[in-house]
This record gives sequence, C-alpha cells and structure tokens, in this order.
Amino acid sequence: MRVLIVEDDATLGDGLSVGLRLAGFTPDLVTTCADARAALETDEFGAMVLDVMLPDGSGCDLLAALRQQGVDLPVLMLSALDQVRDRITGLDAGADDYLGKPFDLDEVTARLRALSRRSDGRTQPKPSWNGLTLDLSRMEGGRDGKTLQFSRREFAILSALMERPGTILDRAALEDRLYGWQEGVESNALEVHIHNLRAKLGPRFIQTVRGVGYRLAPEDTV
Amino acid sequence: MNSIRLRLFLILMLATGLVWLSGVVWTQYSTRAELRQVLDARLAEAAQMVSSLISDRRIDISDAAELASTPLPSGVSAYSHRLSCQIWSLDGTLIGRSGGAPAERLAGNVAGFDNTLIDGNEWRVYTVVNEHLGLRIMVGDSLAVRDRLVSDVIKGLILPALLILPALAALIWISVGRGLAPLNRMASALAARDASDLRPLETPLPGELRPFGAALNGLFDRVAAARARERDFTAFAAHELKTPLAGLKTQAQIAAMAGDDATRRHALDQIQTSVARTDRLARQLLDLTRAETVSEADPPVSAASILHEIASDLARTAAAKSVEICVDLPTGDEPAIADAGLLSVALRNLLENAIQAAPEYSAVNLSLHREGDMIRVRVQDRGTGIAASSRARATDRFYRGANASAQGSGLGLAIVATAASRLGGSLTLEPRTGGGESATLVLPMAKA
Repeated sequence: MRVLIVEDDATLGDGLSVGLRLAGFTPDLVTTCADARAALETDEFGAMVLDVMLPDGSGCDLLAALRQQGVDLPVLMLSALDQVRDRITGLDAGADDYLGKPFDLDEVTARLRALSRRSDGRTQPKPSWNGLTLDLSRMEGGRDGKTLQFSRREFAILSALMERPGTILDRAALEDRLYGWQEGVESNALEVHIHNLRAKLGPRFIQTVRGVGYRLAPEDTV
Repeated sequence: MNSIRLRLFLILMLATGLVWLSGVVWTQYSTRAELRQVLDARLAEAAQMVSSLISDRRIDISDAAELASTPLPSGVSAYSHRLSCQIWSLDGTLIGRSGGAPAERLAGNVAGFDNTLIDGNEWRVYTVVNEHLGLRIMVGDSLAVRDRLVSDVIKGLILPALLILPALAALIWISVGRGLAPLNRMASALAARDASDLRPLETPLPGELRPFGAALNGLFDRVAAARARERDFTAFAAHELKTPLAGLKTQAQIAAMAGDDATRRHALDQIQTSVARTDRLARQLLDLTRAETVSEADPPVSAASILHEIASDLARTAAAKSVEICVDLPTGDEPAIADAGLLSVALRNLLENAIQAAPEYSAVNLSLHREGDMIRVRVQDRGTGIAASSRARATDRFYRGANASAQGSGLGLAIVATAASRLGGSLTLEPRTGGGESATLVLPMAKA
C-alpha cells in the first residue's frame, strides 16, 4: 500500500519511511503542506501519515482543506501535541486516527492496516481466499496449516489482489503500489514476482487477464 | 523597633505622659501662687481685724491675740490650723500672744508681709502697726502647712493618673491593635494562599493600605503573566523535544528489527545525528533561560576574545560543511563587553545559524568594530537568507521560517534577540548585498 508521510523532522521522517517499508508498505516522504498537496494530486495513496506542526502551516488545516476537496484517503495524524483537546481537534479536522509522539513503530503500522481495512470495507484483519489466509502484520500466508513466506514485493502484490478478490488490477496499479518515488521500476519485475507467487501458491491462484492485468481465480476453482 | 503596634503604643504613652506631667507642673505653680494670695489675704485681714477691734476697745488686748488665731470655717478645714498672733508694744515688749504662737518674735519692725525663720521653720507674717495705741500686731502662719496643701493638691492629681495609666495603656494597646487589624487580615489572607493562587487580593482595605494592596495586585498580575508565558514555553519545549524523541525511538526500533546491515547502520547514523540535534535543542533551551534570567553578570571581558573562542569552537562544524569562518577584528584597542556569558550565547547561536545556512565551499564572515561607546558585531553568510515573509517573526520562539532548514529548533534567533536586549543592545537582521543574510549585534561597551 502506498503511504504518504508528511513529517518535517528529518530523523523521524526517515524512520517512518524505513519502518513502513520494512512493514510491507510503500511509503513516500514529504516535509511540507505544499509538497503533500502536490503529491496527492499526482499519485494515488492508500493512506497518509500526517504531522500536525509543519513548517508552512498546520497539518490540521491541510487536512480540513483536503477533506473539503473530497479527498477521502485514511489519515493517521501524528503529533507532539498529545492532549485530549489536541486529539479532538485533529479528529474533527478529518483525521481517522491520532497518535501522540513518541510512538511505537508497530503501532503505527497496525493502525495503518486497520485504517486501510476499514476504508476497504473489510472487517476481517486476515484476508483469506481459496484457502489462503494472509497475516498482514507478519507478512506471511497460511494454507492447509502450512506457513508460506513471501518477499516484500510479492507480499505487496498478493495483498493488493486479495483486498478485492476477483477485481482485475492492471500493471500500472500494481506497480504504483510497489514502487515509491525513490525506487526505479524494473521493466519485467512484475512478471518475475507473479511467477514466484505462482510457484508458491500453485499456477492457477493468480490469473492473467490478457491485455488487462491480473486477478485472483474465482473461489473453489483452485 | 519593627513593630508598628509597639512603636505607636510607646509614642502615644510618651505623649500622654508628657501632657500629664506638664499639667502637674503647671497646676503646682498656679496652686502655689493662688494659695499664697488667699492665705496672705487672710493674714492681712486677721491682723487688720485684731487691730481695729483693739482700737474700738471692743476686746481686751490680752484676748485679741486668741481671736486672730480662730480657725476659718471655710473649705480649707482639712488644713485648718491656728494662725499665730503676737501683739508687741512699739518699744518691743510682748503684750500678748495666741496659744499656738511661738515665744520668739514673729517679725521685725517692718509693716506688711515678711518671711522669717523660727526654729528652722519658715513663717509668713503680716504686721500692722497701730500708731494710735502704740502697738505692733503680727499674724503669721508656718509655710510648711502651705507646702503640704500644695503637695496634697498635686497628689490628688497624680494618684488618679497613676490609677488610670494602666487602663489607658491597655486601651491604647487594644485600639492600636484594632487599627492594625486590616493589615493582619491581609497578612492571613496572603498566608493562607496556595502558591499558584495569583488572583488579586480582595479583602477590603483602609485608605492607607490601598496603594500597598494595589501594588501587590499589580505584582500578582505580572507574576501570573510571566508564569503563563513560562507554562506556554514549557509546553512548547516539551512538544519540541517529543518529535526528536519519536524519531529516536522509531530509528532504534528499526535498528533492532532490521534484517540487513545497511538498514541497521543507516538507522544508527540517524540516531547519532538526532542525538546531536536534540542536544543542541536542550542547550538552546538552557541558553534561553540563561538569557532571560536576571542573574549576576559575568565580569567584563574583551569582546574579541569571545569572538575567537566561539569561532574556534565552531571551526570543526564549519569544516564538516567545507565552510570557512573569516574573523575580522580591529587592531589596537580591545573593547570589553559587560557580560561575557550572554555575548557567547548570542554569538554562538548566530554563528551556528550562519554555518548551517551557508552553502558548501563558502565563507561566513565574523567581524567586530567599535563605534563610539558601542560595539558592532556582524555575522554574514551566503545562504538563502531569511524569507521576506518570515522576517517579522524571525525572532519568535520556536518559529521556523519558510527558508529554514529542518535542523533548526526555531530558538536560535529568539535567544540572540533576548541576549542582545539583556546586554542593552539590539539585533538587526537584513539581507546581505550579493545574497545571504547579515546579522548585526550593536552592544554597549562595558564601562571601565
């Protein structure tokens, strides 16, 4: 999942980027309100981690303006202002969740997963399809009592497909979820990852819709 | 003497005592004078009466002396005493004398009043010469009796005074105490207060205490305002410290869970950088407190030596960015600055800012000039300068301008401005010709 991090503190921004990447997210980091606005206009993000005090304004104001424009991506607000009053201000500005600094990296990723689940209309924390269950926090799958290990990119593709089983995701949509701005897209990398996934899950688990993209095979057909 | 009550008490008692004493002295004199007049008149009357009775031959000469010494029926009965009367012939033979009269002659040959000393007692005597019968009639009384009379009058005055005095003292003590009661009420209202209670004092105060109350309330207001500022600052500082802490925690967690060495090393590098920055933030918070606290000033020190010290302290930081620090000092006289500590704090923050803003392979210029009684210290860099929109708020605490680097705390210039004003000088920030920022401190020289 692409996550936009808006945080002006260099160390914390870097930590969040690295941490979210390690947890299977595809994060991008900006440091100002203006950059955040520009990023949201050009790219599709699954969630946003937003700091309140930014050099060119308040995260709360930015969020309120975005919500007014109809931007509805899940937003996790981070702030050193950790009084009940501040949390209320943040939530009322349109944040879906609020975390006071300093926080636990695991809590940030868990909350991001919960936010994304809720925005997708799912209630099950572990998506499952055709006998495969994904553990998003551990980045592993389970089938027939066996644990399946995936690489970060493989897991990102698989969880993207399992968010809405049956829906076709085209190449661009999948690549968008895999690569942040810093990462160059390798031309046939996607095919390599799909190939590896099929090796682990069986050849028919992921179907290729020729000329369109990929989807999961209908249930009970594998 | 520190007690108002005791002081008032003593003043009032002393004043009352003095009034009383002068009353006693005055009464003694006037009583003595009046008594003398009255008793002298009696002596004269008695002598005249005896003389005229003998002349009219209404009484015998031998009885006449007794008549004069008959006590008066008037109010002085308590002091009634017989006057003494002697009748002498003009040739000096004693013809008759009253019972209590002394045997010695009461007076000389002079007619009228006379004072004589008989047996160690002083007498007042009136003499009438009856030429017709050839007699000298002398009527006198002892002065000791008169003195007793006067002293009794005085005793009559002093005795009640001595009885009243303790009552008066108690009354004065109590009244003064009651008069000072508003002070005590004020004191107990203040004593009962919580340290955080800075509401204005509301006990009703008498006119004399009102200016004091108003001054106290004014002080409360100022302290409350200062505390509110302090509280805001503390809250803000805590928040500012929380962000680097969050960064440190996140990086530490990454270092702990990272699968590969590169990620772990990157996280550890980040931790080191962040610790250095947090350390600077902590130092700046202390600097700001130092700049704001009125404390004993450091001794005057040559401003140039401080410039050298700061420049050499920061040389490494500058070298890490390939920035050169060029110091330009006047030759010859060495102007001194009043508070070395404050100047160091101001200069360090200015120079750190300049080094941070300066692009690689550029120079930061540090200069010191004397202008009359003032010292002008200038720090110039070739960075992006302060954004025009941020200029007005550049010295606000925790304010980070649009061009500011992410490294800053927003405290540096606030510290410099505070230190400059504490030194009695000013800080000017202006764009430098040719690009960059020019910060100028104009500070008064220490008085030799």
